[in-house]
Amino acid sequence: MNYNWDWNIFFKSTGIGSEIYLDWFVSGLGWTIAVALMAWIIALLLGSVLGVMRTLPGKVLPAIATAYVELFRNVPLLVQLFMWYFVVPDYLPEPLQIWFKQDLNPATSAYISVVVCLALFTAARVCEQVRTGIQALPRGQSAAALAVGFSIGQTYRHVLLPQAFRIIIPPLTSEFLNIFKNSSVASLIGLMELLAQTKQTAEFSANIFEAFTLATVIYFVLNMSLMTLMSLVEKKVRIPGMMGGAK
Amino acid sequence: MDALLQLNAVSQAYAGKPVIDNMSFQLAEGEIACLLGSSGCGKTTVLRCIAGFEPLRGGDIRLNGERIAAPGYNKPAHLRAVGMVFQDYALFPHLDVAANVGFGLRGLGDGERKARIGLMLEVVGLSALAGAYPHELSGGQQQRVALARALAPRPRLLLLDEPFSNLDVDLRQRLSHEVRGILKEQGMTAIMVTHDQQEAFAMADKVGVMHHGHLQQWASPYQLYHEPASRYVADFIGQGAFVPAVISGPQCVTLEVGEYCSLTPLAYQVGAQVDVLLRPDDVVHDDHSELTAVVKGKVFMGSEFMYTLQLPSGQQVLAQVPSHHNHAIGEAIGIRLELDHLIAFAR
Repeated sequence: MNYNWDWNIFFKSTGIGSEIYLDWFVSGLGWTIAVALMAWIIALLLGSVLGVMRTLPGKVLPAIATAYVELFRNVPLLVQLFMWYFVVPDYLPEPLQIWFKQDLNPATSAYISVVVCLALFTAARVCEQVRTGIQALPRGQSAAALAVGFSIGQTYRHVLLPQAFRIIIPPLTSEFLNIFKNSSVASLIGLMELLAQTKQTAEFSANIFEAFTLATVIYFVLNMSLMTLMSLVEKKVRIPGMMGGAK
Repeated sequence: MDALLQLNAVSQAYAGKPVIDNMSFQLAEGEIACLLGSSGCGKTTVLRCIAGFEPLRGGDIRLNGERIAAPGYNKPAHLRAVGMVFQDYALFPHLDVAANVGFGLRGLGDGERKARIGLMLEVVGLSALAGAYPHELSGGQQQRVALARALAPRPRLLLLDEPFSNLDVDLRQRLSHEVRGILKEQGMTAIMVTHDQQEAFAMADKVGVMHHGHLQQWASPYQLYHEPASRYVADFIGQGAFVPAVISGPQCVTLEVGEYCSLTPLAYQVGAQVDVLLRPDDVVHDDHSELTAVVKGKVFMGSEFMYTLQLPSGQQVLAQVPSHHNHAIGEAIGIRLELDHLIAFAR
């Protein structure tokens, strides 16, 4: 193949103001991180609540959480994103609609849509992991906490969740990485995150290969760093004798 | 004095199958009781009902006069002040020993909490291990921590669910004596569930024998052994053989080997056909006795032999004999019956 690689392209001017192409990537990475982190925080909180709900006694709360999981897990992510961006705003009350469509700048409304989409989608998956983490604990644990006078809420807070979260750090790490990768769908509704900037660079400069190579490297390094960070966390909080330690 | 714990006609069922049937008993403050029965007899379910982990189908449970459970009403487990020790210890693996023991002591100030933890660890003899994690402890140590954790918040009642069954025999015996000592010293009222009668006898003031969800008898270990209320209890507790006999007086029976009279009256008409229970310790080896039996089998048990003896009619009985009387199988030996407590059931 006769292709002239030109790695200097990232330091050349884009022709727009004094920006060079690398600036676009930096800005794109910023949006990617902003989307993923915000969505992750919401997903973790909501998913934990739903996961706990699925393990509670009674029928109503578990049923609500189960319905949520089925709904958000069985509809493709992209369909969900288009619903949140194109369909749902039309059904908002009038003042909210005007605010979302006219007062906000397009990047902000796209940001809100994609954060809501990724957060709710990932919450369903976090819910399942929290549930399995709780259910993996011996049944005596909650009985033991109740027998020394802890309420159900305190039992979750001090006995079940501290153990369950430690168990599920590895699968939660996958979800955490997924949310960074899934954030690339934002490029389809015009949010200039990393993938959108990559495409724009490719189109402006015609250096398609360089642009996508750099994007690949950035995603890879980003996810590798997060994974390393999470395994450090896992080691730090590991309970000796539980999960892989000798009994 | 009113009983601390009262079960009145308690019933429980899973999927329509009765697990506890019309069970009643009372426990006075400071008493230790054991529920004894083979697995599946419903004994653990009784504990779970008292602890508040299972709703009742019938009857009610009162603690200190207060109704804590009845059909449609279940006082939440964490408000009952009923402590529990579990078969698998259920220590919290993410907390060290001191934190496990102090877990139920939220209401106390820091100083008081520390003092209580220190005291409880001293009581169970684990002061040196306050900073250890559960996985670093042996089974016996873990169960001691579990006991200290359950006792620390000063429960009204302590429930122990097969607490020693994961331990080896030596440790089990030692720990059951130790635990009885600790409970008595603390004045704790307790109910233990076990399938091991030695353990029940060693621990309990009162023993309840359960079978298929029925409480067969609620009595002291001595009474259970010497005055079993039913054929099932007589068979389940201790060893022995049933020998046919005829009632020959208000307190006497005639066996194939002669007439024997009890210290207590028998509840049968003269002439009634009964089976009399002969315990191995009722059959005494006596070289001078005219009555002989043939040794059919023997089991060496250290300080004694358990002989299986055959009477002239072919009826077999067990005899516990000091082990310096070493007889060969097939040999005829002199025996004598000591039947102060005649146990007879209608045939």
